[in-house]
Amino acid sequence: MRVFKTTLISLAAIAATGGIAAAQEMMKEIGKGEGQVDIVAWPGYIERGQSDKAYDWVTEFEKSTGCKVTVKTAATSDEMVTLMNQGGFDLVTASGDASLRLVAGKKVQPINIDLVPNWKNVDDRLKNAPWHTVDGVHYGTPYQWGPNVLAYNTNVFKEAPKSWSVVFEEQNLPDGKSNKGRVQAYYGAIYIADAALYLMRKKPELGIKNPYELNKDQYAAAIDLLKAQRALVGRYWGDAAVQVDDFKNEGVVASASWPYQVNLLQADKRPIASTIPEEGATGWADTTMMHASAAHPNCAYLWLNHSLEPKVQGDVAAWFGSVPAVPAACKGDELLTDTGCETNGYANFDKIWFWRTPIGKCEAEGTCVPYSQWAKDYIAVQGQ
Amino acid sequence: MTATVRGSYLFYRRPGLLTLLLLAPPILWIGIVYIGALLALLLQSFYSLDDFSGVIVREFTLKTYGELFERSNIEIIGRTVTMAAAVTVTSAVIAFPISYFAARYARGSTKAMFYLAVMMPLWSSYLVKVYAWKLILAKEGIITWIAGELHLAWALDALLSTPVIGGPSLSISYIGTYLVFVYIWLPYMILPVQAALERVPGNLIEAAADLGATPKQTFRTVILPLALPGVVAGSIFTFSLTLGDYIIPQIVGNSRAFIGQAVYTLQGNAGNIPLAAAFTVVPMLIMGLYLAMAKRLGAFDAL
Repeated sequence: MRVFKTTLISLAAIAATGGIAAAQEMMKEIGKGEGQVDIVAWPGYIERGQSDKAYDWVTEFEKSTGCKVTVKTAATSDEMVTLMNQGGFDLVTASGDASLRLVAGKKVQPINIDLVPNWKNVDDRLKNAPWHTVDGVHYGTPYQWGPNVLAYNTNVFKEAPKSWSVVFEEQNLPDGKSNKGRVQAYYGAIYIADAALYLMRKKPELGIKNPYELNKDQYAAAIDLLKAQRALVGRYWGDAAVQVDDFKNEGVVASASWPYQVNLLQADKRPIASTIPEEGATGWADTTMMHASAAHPNCAYLWLNHSLEPKVQGDVAAWFGSVPAVPAACKGDELLTDTGCETNGYANFDKIWFWRTPIGKCEAEGTCVPYSQWAKDYIAVQGQ
Repeated sequence: MTATVRGSYLFYRRPGLLTLLLLAPPILWIGIVYIGALLALLLQSFYSLDDFSGVIVREFTLKTYGELFERSNIEIIGRTVTMAAAVTVTSAVIAFPISYFAARYARGSTKAMFYLAVMMPLWSSYLVKVYAWKLILAKEGIITWIAGELHLAWALDALLSTPVIGGPSLSISYIGTYLVFVYIWLPYMILPVQAALERVPGNLIEAAADLGATPKQTFRTVILPLALPGVVAGSIFTFSLTLGDYIIPQIVGNSRAFIGQAVYTLQGNAGNIPLAAAFTVVPMLIMGLYLAMAKRLGAFDAL
């Protein structure tokens, strides 16, 4: 009887996976547009000229394809995953700490790149990136990426700081005063990876191979470093607007930051610049992924193709302070200008460890400290 | 007999049935959406997170509650409760004279103005107010500037160098968080206190004076006891609102987590729903105790 039950269950399981596999089939051709496409995106990623008339990469798409674009913005990767789990959307601009979760959860479908003529435009460095390519299958098209830079005050640092040590270890800055209370760190627990990245070079004996894959000892070393950093940090930044204000009004002179804040501060004529120190940096890379049961697959494919137009890529990068996934966008885009890519970090791709969710089972060490532990401990670090 | 007539006979013979039908939607709403959600939360807090894989283990355990007693978590709870208590006491002390004036002296248009002044901050966006305070309290903000102009910079520095509550600037210290909390929640204290003071009968105060009580005595033995339920009602608002807030301490403060922030991080980024749920139970317990106490003081008569 028991055997019979087990067989039944496994049969059901096979049937279920079979069903999912069928839904996971790639599209073979694009049919007529369905007149609509629903996208989950980061704020500022999909603009139709409502914030600033010059920044509009939707209106023309709607006119030429007849697909009306609706956008639901999400503030965190978790929100994106939740929205995609609920369904009702065609596309999502997922970061590296969400994309593999979506693939593993079978919420997104493989993309047939033959149906995306603009795929040829994509940066070769991104074409097979591990955060959207699983077993040689593409689960989306790259959209934008960017580094987490070291922003610094040029009045204090005549030369760009060479190492992240200016934010991790107590020292006198070039203006002769201590860095205590004048540096910031990121509020999210993923910042532990920044500490691990610094230790990779500072303490090679720890043998850290990947800042997102840490064994117990490596992890403990990173936490110790962050505990010492707590004494230097007045406030951790979680909100870009708060950080911009802290650079202006709180005497912050160095911090891990995004090109977005640096651009805002420079536009405001503040003495702020950014650099990627010799240890390298962490960063993010976003992929437009398609829901496994998208209601408007044809329009979705049309958008995927549209999103890789050099003009669109350049305009997004200019608006968001990111680097386009299409190198052709770096030349001749009016809004981004020819120096925009360089400013936002184009040349630093190889120095960047892109965001990933740390998981218990990992390649580098076998067993690693998972993200839930990171989050708990980072709250404790900030609270001490 | 048509169905309608039969239906009305049924309701006539069983009046309870109609009441039940009318009450069913709100009861279902409260039962499922409200209490159901709370029970689901409570249930989650008895699960635990497998530290290794980061997967929620759906088995009954008290391990998660045990984690609440880790030092860093106890500190989060202590910090939040202390802040809530300080904010509540300060709000009461500030609100009382204001409400007293409004209830007993202001008349006509002055009274309307008073209401407007108390309510107006509630009309504007909470976020705008908090960001504005961040600028006011900033190291290069207006308070530091005024202190400098008045040659009082030393006093500000002395305040900021106080251990624990001080920091590099007002906006990066507990003092700043506390000031913003008091500002934001003060109207919720003023309104119930004023309502309670309005109800203190004038003839009692006159009687107290006739019987030879000094104003001080009248205040202590007549006005204060009669207005106390209003103060307690107001404190329920200020205390519970401070206990649950997670935005103010993120914008103004030194990043040491409050309960709300811990819950936000644990459930949002970390997927540690059990611990987040256990954290949520803490303010519920505290408020439960507090409400039981408040009830004995008669706070709910003034609502």
